[in-house]
Amino acid sequence: MLKLDNVHTFYGNIHALKGITLSIEKGEIVTLIGGNGAGKTTTLRTISGLLKPREGSVTLEGEDLIKYKAHEVVYKGVSMVPEGRGVFARLSVMENLEMGAYSLKSKQELDKNIERVFTLFPRLKERRTQVAGTLSGGEQQMLATGRALMANPRILLMDEPSMGLAPVLVELIFETIQQINKVGVTVLLVEQNALMALAIADRGYVLQTGEIVLTDTAENLKKNPMVQKAYLGVE
Amino acid sequence: MRTSVGERLLDLAVSGVLWGFRILLVAAVLLGTIATIRAGKYTSEQWIDFVVFGISQGSIYALIALGYTMVYGILRMINFAHGDIFMTGAFGAYFLATWLNGIGFIDNHPILGLLIPILFAMIMAGGIAMLVERIAYRPLRGAPRLVPLISAIGASFFLEYAFRGFFGPGVYAYPPIKALEGEWNVLGVGILKVQVVVAVAAFIMMAILYFIVMFTKAGKAMRAVSESKDTAALMGIDVNRIIVSTFALGAAMAGAAGVLYSLIYRQVGFFMGFTPGIKAFTAAVLGGIGNIPGAMVGGLVLGVFESVGPSLFLEGLGIPRPYQLKDAIAFTMLVMILLFRPSGILGERITTKKA
Repeated sequence: MLKLDNVHTFYGNIHALKGITLSIEKGEIVTLIGGNGAGKTTTLRTISGLLKPREGSVTLEGEDLIKYKAHEVVYKGVSMVPEGRGVFARLSVMENLEMGAYSLKSKQELDKNIERVFTLFPRLKERRTQVAGTLSGGEQQMLATGRALMANPRILLMDEPSMGLAPVLVELIFETIQQINKVGVTVLLVEQNALMALAIADRGYVLQTGEIVLTDTAENLKKNPMVQKAYLGVE
Repeated sequence: MRTSVGERLLDLAVSGVLWGFRILLVAAVLLGTIATIRAGKYTSEQWIDFVVFGISQGSIYALIALGYTMVYGILRMINFAHGDIFMTGAFGAYFLATWLNGIGFIDNHPILGLLIPILFAMIMAGGIAMLVERIAYRPLRGAPRLVPLISAIGASFFLEYAFRGFFGPGVYAYPPIKALEGEWNVLGVGILKVQVVVAVAAFIMMAILYFIVMFTKAGKAMRAVSESKDTAALMGIDVNRIIVSTFALGAAMAGAAGVLYSLIYRQVGFFMGFTPGIKAFTAAVLGGIGNIPGAMVGGLVLGVFESVGPSLFLEGLGIPRPYQLKDAIAFTMLVMILLFRPSGILGERITTKKA
């Protein structure tokens, strides 16, 4: 469904992605794991159009995504939950969700999606008039996830959803990711918490300093000695 | 952090001087006020007059200030050409109103004769602001913050001297609207009709703008873009389009303000945007730059202080021609607010929780 072929992305003069090739099939949960500065966020920002690669191709079901601007990529069915959640702090919960549905034309669809997000995260319904900046970290993550779902994405890009959250909340968020996936949304999950990510993913890619060094099914990655040592903390 | 004794003494001395300054200023205002009231030179009707004039003047500042504050909110940039956008609106309305006056339209339909030039000024100012954004600001997006500021000053001079080149250095008289001449008698106090109409019109415009920003899809997108352009783009919001609409909306308010200003002062000239422009900028800072209700409050506070101040406390201090110091009051307030409360009256409070 989504394919990256030999993608090179630069931040100024820094060569952040050095020929990333990966593919995600419809209905999968695929995770990208790797340490700080490995290029995980850069990969997601390249897919969503916030960064343009200098070389290589990004295609969604055969269609070139690079030619579209970031806001147009959303209309192609790609939604992203940014790192650190990125909720609009001064907008209310409802307004944040409405912004998530900015690409939708009809009011009925908006209402339907809001209902769906509220069933997924009942907590957001309780807080719908509250300003997002006053929510707790977990609630902000719920809001950011719900907001990304408002656009009816075909593929959801998630950047470090577990960051800074209590373990209970991390579990809740990961359960939700599985639920979202079950209703047909493909998920590309970037995580430092490799243990959690591999527990729910079908396949995984390991990223090191801008290059993919390993790819396998999640089951096999969990058993791989290199992954165990570097990312799972197993001696 | 360890600081040397010398540094700490210096800090103490600086804050001592600032406090002294603050106390001195408050004392001067209080003393002046008491002296004026004791002297009893002005009647209560005159005081009401000062306040009403201050409100109508302040509502014009507020309308202009909205453009500064909205553009700052979204681009973190001071659009110094905004005062000249105000001037272009006034010029456009002047030509249209003169023509309407020539065919007798304004005398027969005073309300439409007021509204049509306002609408035209809004469209004209909005259009020019969109061009300025496209030509002078957008190519510099992502440049260091000083660069668009310099470009804004350039745009300001360009507009001023382009209009001077086309229409000359003189001033034109805005056609009179007969229905607005004279006074209304409110509870035994005569109030100039034009000042009431100006204030009411400005308040209606502000209410419309507030509605747009708070409740429409585009307005919500403006607020989203002002928080994070990248995240807004991830929502499918065309950031450039929202930025242009913000410029156009702010400029439309300034254009309308240009007509209201011309109704009071009856003069239209190429340099007319300069002083109201920096006064409105002061009002935006006073209310808390980036904050829309702040710009409205700041404008009104500034207008009333400027109008009441000279006779209320300057005259009491024995200053010979207090009205000449009107502008000094405005800019003293700007310096004071920058020194003592840089976030303004309604400064930003909510921040994103990072954890």
